[in-house]
Amino acid sequence: MTTQATLAPSVYQTSIIGARSWSFIIHRGYTLRITDIAGAANCSLLAYNNDEKLERYNMADTLKAQHTAMLTKGNVLYSDMGRVLFSITEETCGWHDTISGVNNAKLVREKYGSKPYQDNFNSFHRNGRELFLIELGKYGLGKKDIVPNVNLFSKVYVNAEGGMNFVTQHSQAGSFIDLRAEMNTLVVLNTCQHPLDPNPSWEPKPVDIAIFHSGDVSKDDRCRNHCPENQRGFINTENYYCQHVA
Amino acid sequence: MLKLSSLKAEQAHTRHTIAAGEPWLYTLKKGQTLRILDLEGNQAVDTIFYNAHDPSERYSATDTIRHQNNIYLTSGSQLLSTEGNVMLTITADTCGRHDTLGGACAAESNTVRYALEKINMHNCRDNYLIALAESGLEMGKRDITSNINFYMNVPVTPEGGLTFEDGISDAGKYVELQAEMDVLVLVSNCPQLNNPCNAYNPTPVEMLIWDA
Repeated sequence: MTTQATLAPSVYQTSIIGARSWSFIIHRGYTLRITDIAGAANCSLLAYNNDEKLERYNMADTLKAQHTAMLTKGNVLYSDMGRVLFSITEETCGWHDTISGVNNAKLVREKYGSKPYQDNFNSFHRNGRELFLIELGKYGLGKKDIVPNVNLFSKVYVNAEGGMNFVTQHSQAGSFIDLRAEMNTLVVLNTCQHPLDPNPSWEPKPVDIAIFHSGDVSKDDRCRNHCPENQRGFINTENYYCQHVA
Repeated sequence: MLKLSSLKAEQAHTRHTIAAGEPWLYTLKKGQTLRILDLEGNQAVDTIFYNAHDPSERYSATDTIRHQNNIYLTSGSQLLSTEGNVMLTITADTCGRHDTLGGACAAESNTVRYALEKINMHNCRDNYLIALAESGLEMGKRDITSNINFYMNVPVTPEGGLTFEDGISDAGKYVELQAEMDVLVLVSNCPQLNNPCNAYNPTPVEMLIWDA
Protein backbone atom coordinates (compact mmCIF):
# COMPACT_ATOMS: atom_id res chain seq x y z
CA MET A 1 0.00 0.00 0.00
CA THR A 2 1.90 2.95 -1.35
CA THR A 3 0.12 5.52 0.77
CA GLN A 4 1.64 4.17 3.95
CA ALA A 5 4.96 5.51 2.79
CA THR A 6 3.60 9.05 2.59
CA LEU A 7 3.29 9.30 6.36
CA ALA A 8 6.26 9.82 8.66
CA PRO A 9 7.04 7.13 11.26
CA SER A 10 4.30 6.90 13.83
CA VAL A 11 4.65 8.84 17.05
CA TYR A 12 2.55 6.36 18.99
CA GLN A 13 1.23 2.85 18.43
CA THR A 14 -1.01 0.50 20.34
CA SER A 15 -3.28 -2.49 19.81
CA ILE A 16 -6.85 -3.00 20.96
CA ILE A 17 -8.23 -6.51 21.37
CA GLY A 18 -11.86 -7.29 20.46
CA ALA A 19 -14.68 -5.86 22.57
CA ARG A 20 -12.55 -3.25 24.30
CA SER A 21 -12.54 0.53 24.27
CA TRP A 22 -9.93 3.20 23.74
CA SER A 23 -9.78 6.97 23.68
CA PHE A 24 -7.16 9.55 22.80
CA ILE A 25 -6.79 13.20 21.92
CA ILE A 26 -5.60 13.55 18.34
CA HIS A 27 -4.33 17.07 17.83
CA ARG A 28 -4.86 19.13 14.69
CA GLY A 29 -2.16 18.13 12.22
CA TYR A 30 -1.92 14.51 13.35
CA THR A 31 -3.41 11.47 11.66
CA LEU A 32 -4.96 8.46 13.38
CA ARG A 33 -4.58 5.21 11.45
CA ILE A 34 -6.79 2.31 12.46
CA THR A 35 -6.01 -1.09 10.92
CA ASP A 36 -8.21 -4.18 10.81
CA ILE A 37 -5.47 -6.73 11.40
CA ALA A 38 -7.55 -9.95 11.29
CA GLY A 39 -10.38 -9.01 8.87
CA ALA A 40 -14.10 -8.48 9.61
CA ALA A 41 -13.38 -5.96 12.36
CA ASN A 42 -15.89 -3.33 13.44
CA CYS A 43 -14.67 -0.20 15.18
CA SER A 44 -17.41 2.05 16.60
CA LEU A 45 -16.23 5.64 16.89
CA LEU A 46 -17.37 8.96 18.32
CA ALA A 47 -15.47 12.25 18.12
CA TYR A 48 -15.57 15.54 20.08
CA ASN A 49 -13.81 18.89 19.97
CA ASN A 50 -11.50 18.33 22.93
CA ASP A 51 -11.48 22.05 23.79
CA GLU A 52 -15.30 22.26 23.92
CA LYS A 53 -16.85 18.84 24.18
CA LEU A 54 -20.35 20.15 23.51
CA GLU A 55 -19.17 20.18 19.92
CA ARG A 56 -19.33 16.63 18.60
CA TYR A 57 -19.57 14.39 15.58
CA ASN A 58 -22.87 14.84 13.77
CA MET A 59 -23.96 11.98 11.55
CA ALA A 60 -26.74 13.91 9.83
CA ASP A 61 -24.63 16.97 9.03
CA THR A 62 -21.82 14.71 7.78
CA LEU A 63 -24.13 12.82 5.43
CA LYS A 64 -26.21 15.70 4.06
CA ALA A 65 -23.24 18.02 3.50
CA GLN A 66 -21.56 15.38 1.34
CA HIS A 67 -24.74 13.88 -0.20
CA THR A 68 -23.81 10.44 1.01
CA ALA A 69 -25.20 7.70 3.23
CA MET A 70 -21.75 6.21 3.96
CA LEU A 71 -18.15 7.28 4.49
CA THR A 72 -15.13 6.70 2.25
CA LYS A 73 -11.91 8.35 1.09
CA GLY A 74 -12.36 12.08 0.47
CA ASN A 75 -15.18 12.39 3.00
CA VAL A 76 -14.83 14.27 6.27
CA LEU A 77 -16.51 13.88 9.65
CA TYR A 78 -18.39 17.07 10.52
CA SER A 79 -19.09 18.39 13.97
CA ASP A 80 -22.45 19.92 14.78
CA MET A 81 -20.80 23.37 14.49
CA GLY A 82 -20.07 23.22 10.77
CA ARG A 83 -16.42 22.31 11.29
CA VAL A 84 -14.34 19.31 10.31
CA LEU A 85 -13.19 16.96 13.10
CA PHE A 86 -11.55 14.34 10.89
CA SER A 87 -10.75 13.93 7.19
CA ILE A 88 -10.60 10.47 5.64
CA THR A 89 -7.36 10.96 3.72
CA GLU A 90 -6.91 7.27 2.89
CA GLU A 91 -8.82 4.04 3.40
CA THR A 92 -8.91 0.68 1.71
CA CYS A 93 -12.35 -0.90 2.07
CA GLY A 94 -14.57 1.63 0.30
CA TRP A 95 -17.45 1.95 2.74
CA HIS A 96 -17.75 2.75 6.44
CA ASP A 97 -21.16 2.72 8.11
CA THR A 98 -22.60 5.55 10.21
CA ILE A 99 -26.34 4.82 10.32
CA SER A 100 -26.54 1.64 12.44
CA GLY A 101 -25.47 2.58 15.98
CA VAL A 102 -24.09 0.07 18.47
CA ASN A 103 -25.22 -2.97 20.45
CA ASN A 104 -26.39 -2.66 24.02
CA ALA A 105 -26.44 -5.18 26.91
CA LYS A 106 -29.89 -6.54 26.05
CA LEU A 107 -29.10 -7.09 22.37
CA VAL A 108 -25.80 -8.80 23.18
CA ARG A 109 -27.50 -11.09 25.70
CA GLU A 110 -30.21 -12.02 23.19
CA LYS A 111 -27.76 -12.65 20.35
CA TYR A 112 -24.74 -14.20 22.07
CA GLY A 113 -26.14 -15.43 25.38
CA SER A 114 -25.41 -14.37 28.92
CA LYS A 115 -21.73 -14.42 29.83
CA PRO A 116 -21.20 -12.40 33.02
CA TYR A 117 -17.88 -11.56 34.62
CA GLN A 118 -18.44 -13.85 37.66
CA ASP A 119 -18.27 -17.00 35.55
CA ASN A 120 -15.92 -15.83 32.81
CA PHE A 121 -13.66 -13.19 34.27
CA ASN A 122 -12.20 -11.04 31.49
CA SER A 123 -13.74 -12.97 28.62
CA PHE A 124 -17.19 -11.74 29.75
CA HIS A 125 -19.49 -10.18 27.16
CA ARG A 126 -19.30 -6.44 26.73
CA ASN A 127 -21.30 -4.18 24.43
CA GLY A 128 -20.79 -1.02 22.43
CA ARG A 129 -23.04 1.29 24.43
CA GLU A 130 -21.48 0.41 27.79
CA LEU A 131 -17.97 0.69 26.38
CA PHE A 132 -18.82 4.15 25.02
CA LEU A 133 -20.16 5.15 28.45
CA ILE A 134 -17.07 3.81 30.24
CA GLU A 135 -14.68 5.66 27.95
CA LEU A 136 -16.75 8.88 27.90
CA GLY A 137 -16.93 8.82 31.68
CA LYS A 138 -13.15 9.35 31.83
CA TYR A 139 -13.71 12.83 30.38
CA GLY A 140 -16.78 13.76 32.41
CA LEU A 141 -19.08 12.81 29.54
CA GLY A 142 -22.04 10.43 29.66
CA LYS A 143 -25.34 9.34 28.18
CA LYS A 144 -26.18 12.77 26.79
CA ASP A 145 -22.96 12.71 24.79
CA ILE A 146 -23.71 9.50 22.91
CA VAL A 147 -24.95 10.36 19.43
CA PRO A 148 -25.14 8.31 16.21
CA ASN A 149 -21.61 6.94 15.71
CA VAL A 150 -19.36 5.72 12.92
CA ASN A 151 -18.79 1.98 12.43
CA LEU A 152 -15.43 1.71 10.69
CA PHE A 153 -14.85 -1.32 8.43
CA SER A 154 -18.58 -2.17 8.27
CA LYS A 155 -20.89 -1.84 5.27
CA VAL A 156 -24.66 -1.49 5.55
CA TYR A 157 -26.45 -0.49 2.37
CA VAL A 158 -30.09 0.54 1.99
CA ASN A 159 -32.32 -1.01 -0.67
CA ALA A 160 -35.08 0.72 -2.62
CA GLU A 161 -37.67 0.01 0.08
CA GLY A 162 -35.44 1.34 2.85
CA GLY A 163 -34.27 -2.05 4.16
CA MET A 164 -30.82 -2.21 5.78
CA ASN A 165 -28.39 -4.85 4.52
CA PHE A 166 -25.17 -5.79 6.33
CA VAL A 167 -22.43 -6.99 3.97
CA THR A 168 -20.35 -9.85 5.38
CA GLN A 169 -16.64 -10.25 4.60
CA HIS A 170 -16.48 -6.57 3.71
CA SER A 171 -13.21 -5.70 5.41
CA GLN A 172 -10.15 -7.82 4.70
CA ALA A 173 -7.19 -8.33 7.00
CA GLY A 174 -4.92 -5.33 6.56
CA SER A 175 -7.67 -2.85 5.74
CA PHE A 176 -6.95 0.53 7.24
CA ILE A 177 -8.34 4.04 7.44
CA ASP A 178 -6.48 7.29 8.01
CA LEU A 179 -8.35 9.94 9.98
CA ARG A 180 -6.55 13.27 9.84
CA ALA A 181 -7.53 15.48 12.76
CA GLU A 182 -8.54 18.98 11.61
CA MET A 183 -9.35 19.96 15.19
CA ASN A 184 -7.98 18.89 18.57
CA THR A 185 -10.23 15.86 18.56
CA LEU A 186 -11.14 13.54 21.40
CA VAL A 187 -11.76 10.17 19.76
CA VAL A 188 -13.63 7.46 21.68
CA LEU A 189 -13.93 4.02 20.14
CA ASN A 190 -14.61 0.35 20.82
CA THR A 191 -14.17 -2.93 19.01
CA CYS A 192 -17.52 -4.65 19.58
CA GLN A 193 -19.22 -6.49 16.73
CA HIS A 194 -21.52 -4.49 14.49
CA PRO A 195 -25.14 -4.67 15.73
CA LEU A 196 -26.33 -6.00 12.34
CA ASP A 197 -23.51 -8.56 11.95
CA PRO A 198 -25.40 -11.83 11.30
CA ASN A 199 -22.52 -13.90 12.71
CA PRO A 200 -24.18 -15.67 15.69
CA SER A 201 -20.81 -16.28 17.37
CA TRP A 202 -19.10 -13.87 19.76
CA GLU A 203 -16.05 -13.01 17.65
CA PRO A 204 -15.07 -9.37 18.20
CA LYS A 205 -11.91 -8.52 16.28
CA PRO A 206 -8.82 -6.50 17.23
CA VAL A 207 -7.52 -3.34 15.60
CA ASP A 208 -4.13 -1.68 15.55
CA ILE A 209 -3.73 2.02 16.24
CA ALA A 210 -0.98 4.32 15.00
CA ILE A 211 -0.68 8.10 15.17
CA PHE A 212 1.38 10.08 12.67
CA HIS A 213 2.32 13.72 12.34
CA SER A 214 0.75 14.88 9.09
CA GLY A 215 1.29 18.65 9.19
CA ASP A 216 -0.60 21.42 7.48
CA VAL A 217 -3.35 20.83 4.93
CA SER A 218 -2.67 22.23 1.49
CA LYS A 219 -5.11 24.23 -0.60
CA ASP A 220 -5.38 21.39 -3.11
CA ASP A 221 -6.17 18.76 -0.47
CA ARG A 222 -8.44 16.00 -1.71
CA CYS A 223 -10.84 16.05 1.25
CA ARG A 224 -11.05 19.84 1.23
CA ASN A 225 -11.97 19.83 -2.45
CA HIS A 226 -14.24 16.79 -2.36
CA CYS A 227 -17.24 19.12 -2.73
CA PRO A 228 -17.98 22.86 -2.29
CA GLU A 229 -19.50 22.04 1.10
CA ASN A 230 -16.17 20.68 2.33
CA GLN A 231 -14.34 23.80 1.14
CA ARG A 232 -16.66 25.83 3.36
CA GLY A 233 -16.25 23.35 6.22
CA PHE A 234 -12.48 23.79 6.05
CA ILE A 235 -12.85 27.59 6.01
CA ASN A 236 -15.02 27.39 9.14
CA THR A 237 -12.40 25.19 10.80
CA GLU A 238 -9.52 27.48 9.85
CA ASN A 239 -11.49 30.46 11.16
CA TYR A 240 -11.87 28.68 14.50
CA TYR A 241 -8.09 28.38 14.84
CA CYS A 242 -7.37 31.74 13.18
CA GLN A 243 -5.16 29.87 10.75
CA HIS A 244 -5.72 30.50 7.08
CA VAL A 245 -4.25 28.42 4.32
CA ALA A 246 -2.18 30.54 1.97
CA MET B 1 -47.65 2.14 4.91
CA LEU B 2 -50.72 4.33 4.62
CA LYS B 3 -53.11 3.98 7.51
CA LEU B 4 -56.09 6.19 8.34
CA SER B 5 -57.02 7.25 11.86
CA SER B 6 -60.42 6.78 13.46
CA LEU B 7 -59.89 9.72 15.83
CA LYS B 8 -62.14 12.74 15.36
CA ALA B 9 -60.67 16.22 15.48
CA GLU B 10 -63.64 17.61 17.42
CA GLN B 11 -62.93 15.11 20.24
CA ALA B 12 -59.30 16.14 20.68
CA HIS B 13 -58.69 17.71 24.09
CA THR B 14 -55.86 19.92 22.83
CA ARG B 15 -55.38 21.63 19.48
CA HIS B 16 -52.43 23.90 18.87
CA THR B 17 -51.16 25.44 15.65
CA ILE B 18 -47.39 25.93 15.33
CA ALA B 19 -46.52 28.71 12.91
CA ALA B 20 -43.61 28.12 10.54
CA GLY B 21 -40.27 28.75 12.23
CA GLU B 22 -41.60 28.30 15.79
CA PRO B 23 -40.70 25.72 18.46
CA TRP B 24 -43.11 23.71 20.62
CA LEU B 25 -42.41 21.80 23.83
CA TYR B 26 -45.11 19.57 25.29
CA THR B 27 -45.39 16.63 27.69
CA LEU B 28 -47.40 13.79 26.21
CA LYS B 29 -48.73 11.27 28.74
CA LYS B 30 -48.49 7.52 28.24
CA GLY B 31 -51.47 6.36 26.20
CA GLN B 32 -52.19 9.76 24.66
CA THR B 33 -52.12 10.16 20.89
CA LEU B 34 -50.50 13.08 19.09
CA ARG B 35 -51.50 13.95 15.53
CA ILE B 36 -49.20 16.17 13.49
CA LEU B 37 -51.29 17.71 10.74
CA ASP B 38 -49.57 19.17 7.69
CA LEU B 39 -51.98 22.07 7.11
CA GLU B 40 -50.68 23.38 3.80
CA GLY B 41 -48.39 20.57 2.59
CA ASN B 42 -44.71 19.66 2.34
CA GLN B 43 -43.77 21.02 5.75
CA ALA B 44 -40.86 19.41 7.62
CA VAL B 45 -41.54 19.00 11.35
CA ASP B 46 -38.25 18.36 13.19
CA THR B 47 -39.04 16.42 16.35
CA ILE B 48 -37.07 14.96 19.31
CA PHE B 49 -38.58 12.88 22.11
CA TYR B 50 -37.31 12.50 25.69
CA ASN B 51 -38.40 10.33 28.59
CA ALA B 52 -40.31 12.98 30.56
CA HIS B 53 -38.97 11.63 33.86
CA ASP B 54 -35.33 11.20 32.77
CA PRO B 55 -34.43 13.20 29.66
CA SER B 56 -31.04 11.48 29.45
CA GLU B 57 -33.14 8.74 27.82
CA ARG B 58 -34.08 10.12 24.42
CA TYR B 59 -35.09 9.16 20.92
CA SER B 60 -32.43 7.27 18.98
CA ALA B 61 -32.57 7.27 15.19
CA THR B 62 -30.00 4.47 14.86
CA ASP B 63 -31.71 2.14 17.35
CA THR B 64 -35.09 2.85 15.76
CA ILE B 65 -34.14 2.12 12.15
CA ARG B 66 -32.04 -0.92 13.10
CA HIS B 67 -34.88 -2.36 15.20
CA GLN B 68 -37.31 -2.23 12.26
CA ASN B 69 -34.59 -2.87 9.67
CA ASN B 70 -35.75 0.08 7.62
CA ILE B 71 -34.54 3.68 7.49
CA TYR B 72 -37.98 5.17 6.74
CA LEU B 73 -40.66 5.69 9.38
CA THR B 74 -44.37 5.07 8.84
CA SER B 75 -47.38 3.47 10.55
CA GLY B 76 -46.27 0.55 12.69
CA SER B 77 -42.85 2.03 13.36
CA GLN B 78 -41.82 1.81 16.99
CA LEU B 79 -39.69 4.76 18.04
CA LEU B 80 -36.89 3.49 20.27
CA SER B 81 -34.92 5.32 22.92
CA THR B 82 -31.20 5.28 23.54
CA GLU B 83 -31.97 2.69 26.24
CA GLY B 84 -33.72 0.42 23.74
CA ASN B 85 -37.23 1.14 25.10
CA VAL B 86 -40.25 1.87 22.90
CA MET B 87 -41.15 5.54 23.42
CA LEU B 88 -43.97 5.91 20.91
CA THR B 89 -45.62 3.95 18.11
CA ILE B 90 -46.76 5.48 14.83
CA THR B 91 -50.41 4.46 14.74
CA ALA B 92 -51.61 6.27 11.61
CA ASP B 93 -49.93 7.87 8.61
CA THR B 94 -51.45 9.30 5.44
CA CYS B 95 -48.10 10.48 4.03
CA GLY B 96 -46.32 7.12 3.96
CA ARG B 97 -42.72 7.93 4.73
CA HIS B 98 -40.78 10.11 7.15
CA ASP B 99 -37.04 10.75 7.47
CA THR B 100 -34.84 10.26 10.51
CA LEU B 101 -31.32 10.46 9.01
CA GLY B 102 -31.36 14.07 7.79
CA GLY B 103 -31.11 15.76 11.19
CA ALA B 104 -32.12 19.30 12.01
CA CYS B 105 -30.82 22.39 10.27
CA ALA B 106 -28.52 24.75 12.17
CA ALA B 107 -26.93 28.11 11.45
CA GLU B 108 -23.49 26.49 11.27
CA SER B 109 -24.45 23.54 9.09
CA ASN B 110 -26.26 25.95 6.76
CA THR B 111 -22.94 27.73 6.16
CA VAL B 112 -21.43 24.42 5.06
CA ARG B 113 -24.35 23.22 2.98
CA TYR B 114 -25.29 26.44 1.18
CA ALA B 115 -23.03 29.48 1.69
CA LEU B 116 -21.09 31.13 4.51
CA GLU B 117 -23.58 34.05 4.37
CA LYS B 118 -26.44 31.74 5.39
CA ILE B 119 -25.28 32.06 9.02
CA ASN B 120 -28.00 34.68 9.52
CA MET B 121 -30.97 32.55 8.51
CA HIS B 122 -33.39 31.09 11.03
CA ASN B 123 -33.01 27.38 11.65
CA CYS B 124 -34.29 24.45 13.70
CA ARG B 125 -31.41 24.32 16.18
CA ASP B 126 -32.07 27.93 17.18
CA ASN B 127 -35.64 26.85 17.93
CA TYR B 128 -34.46 23.88 19.98
CA LEU B 129 -31.95 25.98 21.92
CA ILE B 130 -34.42 28.71 22.84
CA ALA B 131 -37.20 26.25 23.73
CA LEU B 132 -34.86 24.28 26.02
CA ALA B 133 -33.31 27.41 27.53
CA GLU B 134 -36.75 28.80 28.40
CA SER B 135 -38.12 25.49 29.64
CA GLY B 136 -36.67 25.52 33.15
CA LEU B 137 -35.64 21.91 32.59
CA GLU B 138 -31.88 22.51 32.66
CA MET B 139 -31.63 21.11 29.17
CA GLY B 140 -29.57 22.53 26.33
CA LYS B 141 -27.24 21.74 23.47
CA ARG B 142 -26.15 18.38 24.93
CA ASP B 143 -29.77 17.31 24.64
CA ILE B 144 -30.02 18.05 20.93
CA THR B 145 -29.50 14.71 19.31
CA SER B 146 -30.93 12.66 16.46
CA ASN B 147 -34.44 13.67 15.47
CA ILE B 148 -37.31 12.75 13.18
CA ASN B 149 -38.21 14.93 10.22
CA PHE B 150 -41.88 14.26 9.75
CA TYR B 151 -42.94 14.70 6.11
CA MET B 152 -39.36 15.09 4.87
CA ASN B 153 -38.22 12.99 1.92
CA VAL B 154 -34.56 11.92 2.06
CA PRO B 155 -34.08 8.94 -0.24
CA VAL B 156 -30.98 6.76 0.13
CA THR B 157 -29.71 4.58 -2.72
CA PRO B 158 -28.04 1.13 -2.56
CA GLU B 159 -24.86 2.82 -3.81
CA GLY B 160 -24.83 5.05 -0.72
CA GLY B 161 -26.26 8.26 -2.19
CA LEU B 162 -28.42 10.56 -0.06
CA THR B 163 -30.41 13.58 -1.23
CA PHE B 164 -33.05 15.98 0.05
CA GLU B 165 -35.91 15.82 -2.42
CA ASP B 166 -39.33 17.33 -2.91
CA GLY B 167 -41.73 16.33 -0.20
CA ILE B 168 -44.32 13.63 -0.73
CA SER B 169 -46.75 15.23 1.69
CA ASP B 170 -49.71 17.43 0.87
CA ALA B 171 -52.20 19.68 2.61
CA GLY B 172 -54.26 17.70 5.11
CA LYS B 173 -51.88 14.76 5.47
CA TYR B 174 -51.17 13.61 9.00
CA VAL B 175 -49.16 11.24 11.12
CA GLU B 176 -50.25 9.98 14.54
CA LEU B 177 -48.14 8.72 17.41
CA GLN B 178 -49.25 6.97 20.56
CA ALA B 179 -47.04 7.49 23.60
CA GLU B 180 -45.79 4.26 25.24
CA MET B 181 -44.26 6.26 28.11
CA ASP B 182 -44.57 9.84 29.33
CA VAL B 183 -42.57 11.76 26.74
CA LEU B 184 -41.37 15.31 26.35
CA VAL B 185 -41.95 16.36 22.73
CA LEU B 186 -39.61 19.00 21.29
CA VAL B 187 -40.60 20.34 17.87
CA SER B 188 -39.17 22.86 15.48
CA ASN B 189 -41.53 23.71 12.65
CA CYS B 190 -38.72 23.97 10.14
CA PRO B 191 -37.84 27.42 8.71
CA GLN B 192 -35.38 26.08 6.10
CA LEU B 193 -35.54 28.05 2.82
CA ASN B 194 -32.50 26.59 1.07
CA ASN B 195 -33.76 23.16 0.04
CA PRO B 196 -37.06 21.59 -1.02
CA CYS B 197 -37.87 20.08 2.40
CA ASN B 198 -40.55 22.76 2.89
CA ALA B 199 -41.15 23.37 -0.81
CA TYR B 200 -39.30 26.71 -0.23
CA ASN B 201 -42.37 27.95 1.62
CA PRO B 202 -42.53 27.04 5.34
CA THR B 203 -46.11 26.77 6.57
CA PRO B 204 -47.95 26.05 9.85
CA VAL B 205 -48.78 22.62 11.26
CA GLU B 206 -51.43 21.68 13.80
CA MET B 207 -50.90 19.42 16.81
CA LEU B 208 -53.94 17.54 18.07
CA ILE B 209 -53.93 15.41 21.23
CA TRP B 210 -56.37 12.76 22.39
CA ASP B 211 -56.48 10.92 25.71
CA ALA B 212 -56.21 7.14 25.75
